[in-house]
Amino acid sequence: MLNIKDVLETVNMIEQENLDIRTVTMGISLLDCADSDIDASCRKVYEKITRLAKNLVKTGEDIENEYGIPIINKRISVTPIAMLVASSGGDPVKYAKTLQKAADTTGVNFIGGYSALVHKGFSAGDLELINSIPEALSVTNNVCSSVNIGSTKSGINMDAVKIMGEIVKKSAEITANRDSIGAAKLVVFCNAPEDNPFMAGAFHGIGEPDCCVHVGVSGPGAVHSALKKCKGDLGDVAETIKRTAFKITRMGQLVGVEASRRLGVPFGIVDLSLAPTPAVGDSVARILEEMGLEHCGTHGTTAALALLNDAVKKGGVMASSSVGGLSGAFIPVSEDAGMIESAISGDLSLSKLEAMTAVCSVGLDMIAIPGDTPPETISAIIADEAAIGMVNSKTTACRLIPAINKKAGEMLTFGGLLGEAPIMDINLKSSPKEFIYRAGKIPAPMQSLKN
Amino acid sequence: MKKTIISVIGNDTVGITAEVSAVCQKNKVNIIDISQSIMQDLFVMVMMTDVEKMTCTLASFKEQMKTVGEKMGLDIRVMHEDIFNSMHRI
Repeated sequence: MLNIKDVLETVNMIEQENLDIRTVTMGISLLDCADSDIDASCRKVYEKITRLAKNLVKTGEDIENEYGIPIINKRISVTPIAMLVASSGGDPVKYAKTLQKAADTTGVNFIGGYSALVHKGFSAGDLELINSIPEALSVTNNVCSSVNIGSTKSGINMDAVKIMGEIVKKSAEITANRDSIGAAKLVVFCNAPEDNPFMAGAFHGIGEPDCCVHVGVSGPGAVHSALKKCKGDLGDVAETIKRTAFKITRMGQLVGVEASRRLGVPFGIVDLSLAPTPAVGDSVARILEEMGLEHCGTHGTTAALALLNDAVKKGGVMASSSVGGLSGAFIPVSEDAGMIESAISGDLSLSKLEAMTAVCSVGLDMIAIPGDTPPETISAIIADEAAIGMVNSKTTACRLIPAINKKAGEMLTFGGLLGEAPIMDINLKSSPKEFIYRAGKIPAPMQSLKN
Repeated sequence: MKKTIISVIGNDTVGITAEVSAVCQKNKVNIIDISQSIMQDLFVMVMMTDVEKMTCTLASFKEQMKTVGEKMGLDIRVMHEDIFNSMHRI
């Protein structure tokens, strides 16, 4: 018989502390859908996605009902679409519309993979896809896009960085009347993981099987509430986080294995991430503050985040048979009540966030910047972030939202999971234009020579 | 055997076990084990049940338990046993 305390703890974590499975994401390879005729290719893409993911949403709901653990999102990631554009040619936006149609049919709330991998250079289809991103994101609601512009192995493709500054800006401009939402669905990566279940950066890497299911767990609330009871030193804090992360991840593993069995496709990975939401009690910033920081963003925040990120991984890794994706703590400003508060009060600056990304799992995520930020400055922020990822052999990403017609200090409101973001002050006093316009490549660092 | 855990949390009153058991009996859900306690001033009961021969759907069973819960001011949850096993057993 189960211990009554254990049962109560689990029920509490779910009921009071917002513990949930953030996403069950089905990765689908579209390599066999490539056709020299773009319409035929789109037909095959639609047919394959709707066939494999037909029961994804229903299966998620069934598991949720039976096990009593909320599964918030059901999503799909696909092969980077640039690879299909390579053989079909034509207008890539047709693929975006096809993905949207498939999302509507299957009932998933996001579909990721309108992507290109250009860390070493552009191949056929890449530039066409990248240039179509602003339009693709404006004519669809649930399609997410990502571009990998650098890696530890290959360095940073600064030609791509230059272009992406313009694409981010354009994606925001074209959706200016919808709070620049286009840019919120676009991620620029360095060292992009191929099995990431989280949006907007999910795509199905070419080394992945034909179809598999990944799970992303959540649970900042559960960690926060465990820490409230921990009065020891930072070693005790780390232990408490590890123990809680273990429990959270076991839940993810269980759901992943069960979903894979019911859907009849292999189980991929559990992403050991602490993913916050704007809901009260679901904030990563509050965990850092519980460790003893008055406000997230003050001196000491990077150290606290490093401790948290490491402990989450150590606790989670034993709980899962297969760990992957981004795995760590997320710090998306607009999606975290504590981060929003600190950004408004001025405790949390863009520079501090950049430092924090050196020790956590993602990068500058969901950050609103003034609408008049020039594209080359956006490119420069992307380059800085990519450099951190490249040198530290980790994933970094930028999801920056230029808030068109708005200035620093105002708010940008998306609602739902994307939350709201105060527009952050950035350095517009001096321009990085000449540096960005040099373009070319930043060579791979010494860390790449491991063989 | 398909094991499901029913957890009941709330203020202690007369007849909680009887009401919850009655819903189980009505739907042919077999009670394997019960333990109860007072924790943090709250009444907590955990019932391990076998739903193999349950005559209604799980959704309907949960709904019936919810109705009992609302009537008696209790929080009643019906969850698969594995969720607890995976979290608390290595």
